[in-house]
Amino acid sequence: MNIVVCVKQTPARDSLLRVDAAGKWVSEDDLNFEINEPDAYALESGLQLKEQHGGEVTVLCAGPARAAQTIREALAKGADRAIHIAADHLGALDPLGLAKLMAAALRDEKPDLVLTGLQSDDLGYGQTGVILAELLGLPHATIIMQVEVEGGTLQVKRELEDGWFQHVAMPLPALLTIQSGISKLRYATLMGIKRAKTKPVRTVSAAELGDAATPVLEVARVYAPPRGKRTQLFDGDARESAARLVEKLRFEARVL
Amino acid sequence: MIQASSPSFPPFTEEHELVRQSVKRFCLEEIAPFATEWENAGEYPRELFHKAAHLGLFGIRTDPKWGGAGMDWWASAAAYEALRFTDFPSINIGFMVQADLTVPLIDELGTDELRKEFLAPAVAGKRIAALAISEPGCGSDVAALRTTAREDGGDFVISGQKLWITNGVNADFLLLAVRTAEDRHHGISLLLFPTETKGFSVGKRLKKVGHVASDTAELFFDECRIPQRYLLGRRNRGFYYIMGHFQGERLATAMLVLSFMDRSMELAVQYGKERQAFGRRLIDNQVWRHRLAEHRASIEAARWLTYHAADLMNHHAKADREVSMAKLVTTELAQKVTYDCMQIHGGFGYTTEYPVSRIWRDMRLYTIGAGTSEIMKEKLAKQEGW
Repeated sequence: MNIVVCVKQTPARDSLLRVDAAGKWVSEDDLNFEINEPDAYALESGLQLKEQHGGEVTVLCAGPARAAQTIREALAKGADRAIHIAADHLGALDPLGLAKLMAAALRDEKPDLVLTGLQSDDLGYGQTGVILAELLGLPHATIIMQVEVEGGTLQVKRELEDGWFQHVAMPLPALLTIQSGISKLRYATLMGIKRAKTKPVRTVSAAELGDAATPVLEVARVYAPPRGKRTQLFDGDARESAARLVEKLRFEARVL
Repeated sequence: MIQASSPSFPPFTEEHELVRQSVKRFCLEEIAPFATEWENAGEYPRELFHKAAHLGLFGIRTDPKWGGAGMDWWASAAAYEALRFTDFPSINIGFMVQADLTVPLIDELGTDELRKEFLAPAVAGKRIAALAISEPGCGSDVAALRTTAREDGGDFVISGQKLWITNGVNADFLLLAVRTAEDRHHGISLLLFPTETKGFSVGKRLKKVGHVASDTAELFFDECRIPQRYLLGRRNRGFYYIMGHFQGERLATAMLVLSFMDRSMELAVQYGKERQAFGRRLIDNQVWRHRLAEHRASIEAARWLTYHAADLMNHHAKADREVSMAKLVTTELAQKVTYDCMQIHGGFGYTTEYPVSRIWRDMRLYTIGAGTSEIMKEKLAKQEGW
């Protein structure tokens, strides 16, 4: 089974984010980067499927030179080879432009399965995987919690809202966007890190892949949410106050 | 961490950065959340050795033929730096004994037969190793050791006692220093000793000021018989092997201690930023800003001395002097740094619920273990020709 896993490098989750001088993105000075969290689960799913069914895992990553480290990490964890779309200013691309580059990079590949993370931790569009499926002419399913391959058919479990799940059977080849937290991620072992150096990485420039399409989306301004306290006091008895608190936590704060 | 003026030194690569990240994640997920529980229990699960071995921590510089990663001292440095995130020095010393006190000696001196029987399973975490040199009457003065191994047929028969042996209770085998001839320095040999050998027993588990979850044991040997093929290296050369090997142990110790100085500084700065007193953060008080700044500068100085020693070791150059200095400077500095990092925490720092107090207690060991500060100074004085 030939599996392609698309990964993105995003700022580390414990980063102190500052808006850059142009006000259009975060300043990348002093930032540490890591694999986008949902993509790490996509990679883990791909590696597990390879262990069960054989074949190979190819990592596809678009990003500047620093993305090489994320690619190495994926190779260290067990991916067999990688394609690096070298491009400095991917932030200027919208999901369609990026998906076009990725589809072009996969032109000569014949994947049975393409896995992406559900969305990226930085831009969070949640669109790139879905558009890539369309450009590759593949069926897709999103927010995947579980993947099984049985007799050339995919059985997937999708997460819906309110604790509901949907079980879907779909044909291969296909594209799935993977939810975070669905399994325990493996560690890159030191042996794996050592071996990663010898694994092939094909680097292609964005220019070689053709026109990425004019962006139809533009980031106008990036700003931090205003900080402040707005204390609300609930009058009334405890039962009524608790009910109102739950309502606010669910519908305003959206933490429930 | 300070930026190198020349990007070529220290020669950390992308590979080393991956080591750092992977080891950090391992610590944060597998160890730190349970540190207090294990500290209170006074022990940690043996399974951690399997997990650490799977990650590759016990064979960082070992030949891949024996299951190692075949990397260099910079990979060890990266791993030690990330291991600070255990917040639990008891486990770090257990790992260090396996990775840097026993495995390298077997790798260097062992025959392929011994490497297969002892080295490979130690690297794989299947057999826990301990280094057994010290005795009740012999600590710094290694040449005074009295545990004897006499030849009998094709065997060694061992009698005596060892003390202060880290991993001693749980060890599956010992790297054991014994007396095989009368001559003080030319009469010591190293043996690989399976702890299931008849006549071997573990006395009491020692109670200590720090590292309370690390097992430190008193070991007894009563006419223990092992085959002579378990001799490691040449007979009666043990003293010199031990002295040579101490360099690696002391460099590893300096790296371990540096990492926990970094950790206590991180905890101190974090607390200093969160804690308000007299209308401002603790870290806004000049007394703390300056004290922590001094420590930061001193730690960096100690780090670069340690890196220099690591560089020499990596090049198999003579590093005796530099390693002794690095061990002396880091472990003495750690007493001041961890003291102040605990002090800024006030009363909270004096409770056992904050990792900073655990680090302070545990770092106390290192001016004593792996060669006392006094021995380091004496070695340096001798090397200076005084």
